[in-house]
Amino acid sequence: MRLRTLVWREIFERKSQLLTSFLAILLGITVIVSIKNISFYSEKAVAREMDSLGANVLVLPKSATLQDYYAADMQGETIPEEYVTQLALSDLQGLDNISPKLSLPVELRGKTFTLTGILPKSEFQAKAAWQGAGIFSRPIGCGASVGMMGADDKKTLARKRVIETLEDREVLVGADAAAALRLKDADPLEVLGKKFTVTAVLPQTGTVDDCRIFAHLHTVQDLSGKGAVINAIEVIGCCQEISKGLVAKINHLLPDAKVVTITQIVQAQSKMNQLMSRLSLIFLVIIVLVGGASIANYMYANVFERRREIGTLMALGADSFLVLRIFLLKALLLGVVGGIGGYLLGTALAVMLGPKLAGVPVLPMPILALWAVGISVVLSLTASYFPARRAARLDPCATFQEI
Amino acid sequence: MLRMENVSKSYRHRGQTVIALDGACVDIAKGEFVSVVGPSGSGKSTLLLMLGGMLSPSQGRVLLEGQSLYDLTSDARARLRKKNVGFVFQTFNLVPYLTALENVQVPLFLAGADDKMQEQAAVGLLERVGLADRLDHKPSELSVGQQQRVALARMLANDPAVILADEPTGNLDPETSQQIIEFFEEFNEEGRTVVMVTHDPKAAERAKRTLRLQNGAIISQKEREEAFRAA
Repeated sequence: MRLRTLVWREIFERKSQLLTSFLAILLGITVIVSIKNISFYSEKAVAREMDSLGANVLVLPKSATLQDYYAADMQGETIPEEYVTQLALSDLQGLDNISPKLSLPVELRGKTFTLTGILPKSEFQAKAAWQGAGIFSRPIGCGASVGMMGADDKKTLARKRVIETLEDREVLVGADAAAALRLKDADPLEVLGKKFTVTAVLPQTGTVDDCRIFAHLHTVQDLSGKGAVINAIEVIGCCQEISKGLVAKINHLLPDAKVVTITQIVQAQSKMNQLMSRLSLIFLVIIVLVGGASIANYMYANVFERRREIGTLMALGADSFLVLRIFLLKALLLGVVGGIGGYLLGTALAVMLGPKLAGVPVLPMPILALWAVGISVVLSLTASYFPARRAARLDPCATFQEI
Repeated sequence: MLRMENVSKSYRHRGQTVIALDGACVDIAKGEFVSVVGPSGSGKSTLLLMLGGMLSPSQGRVLLEGQSLYDLTSDARARLRKKNVGFVFQTFNLVPYLTALENVQVPLFLAGADDKMQEQAAVGLLERVGLADRLDHKPSELSVGQQQRVALARMLANDPAVILADEPTGNLDPETSQQIIEFFEEFNEEGRTVVMVTHDPKAAERAKRTLRLQNGAIISQKEREEAFRAA
């Protein structure tokens, strides 16, 4: 006979009464674990998506509408190139890279393509004033552009949307455009009467970029005849700074431009994550209230039902601490089993329902087991403490019929 | 061994003061077998509970081996009971979800005995009360007489010097009552002090001394003739 034997036997003797409390804690933990698990993978998917887009802030003309992130600069409306200088010279923290763009529709061999002017990184470094602003001398690592600045391969433009160098007569051709025009590296290409050399054919991206031809911004400005204007500025901003209000600061700096973040583009996913996060909090409150009340109610009833047994134990010499331990050990077992069960059930639900609810694959997260058991045990012990204390303070003579 | 000094117990019930025990003075020597008789509500069980350190008096002192019980904390009284006192109840008060063996092991567990010692001692005690073949039976699988014998084995587990029995034969048939009383006599012959509350005159006559209570007061104390003669 040990304390755990006494507790274990009692649980199995009256398991049906314990079932409601057990179910309350099990289901509560199940829901929280599945929501946490799905939202973790959903947030990861959003982060991955943001990373794949490269830049995470867009500066557009005020009247621009945003249907497709990749085609944000193809709307005809323009903003002055001066905005790039303003951004570069500003004291805004968290600007990892700035990439202005100007796009023109061009017709080549009977088909329409987009000629997009971009400013290579070397252009920024060439301007002493901009260099002084220190955009590229700032330590990077917080934005999505980590590791991209040293890349020599011009094909990184397809993935990173930033390029190191681009000469006046060089063009980069998107995969679909290259296929349609039968172009390969080093081929000549004439666009709007100007002769270029294909520096690189970009890999397939599955976006409108595949139909673009990229040239130096100032060359495209000359060809367009519109002067020093651009359609959009792509900014790689530090995520932490974005969350601290970088967008609002850019808006303040450039009041005549529209500033949007990728979070707005992946809004549906973000909203789902926010919903998950709120639901998780709501369920946590519900489990604390309902689960806690259910356990406390059960424990009070259990103490009442067992008062003769408690009194007998006291008559046999049990002290109040032992009685307290009997009930708290029972609560601990309830919490541990409820937490483990809730974790297993919640994980199974998340893995099964995650792809349907959030459209992301979900894998088990062992760390949530600790979290689930922790919440469950703390809740169970807290809810049981006062009933257990009442048991420990029970008048032992209540065990007798005659007083 | 046990001593009550002018002990009274009163409590409030629906606005009225009820006197459960009124100025009781009792001395019970080591090795005595005392029965306590009286009508229902006369204060018998109150007296027994007070002797066992389970119910504090409104006034007066209760002493066990010279130690004033109610000057101790409730946990200290529990420790004293564990060491010196064995209780037997009218309704046996066995733990319903434990087997006979485990019920007898409970006091040994409370005393800190290890598993092996607990089992050996419990088996020996159940053999002594004739229940060697009922070790794994739960109380609900035993007759009332067998349940009371399990309760006796449990009471003996910590080898108590004082046995306090509250109507131990109240729920039993005459034959089983006889067996139980014989056990009490046997325990008493081993040198244990026995105080037994009973309604049964035949059971009371088997004690060496009888205390009669009425309205919370001890109205008479009578010693058995044989006891006098033996003395």
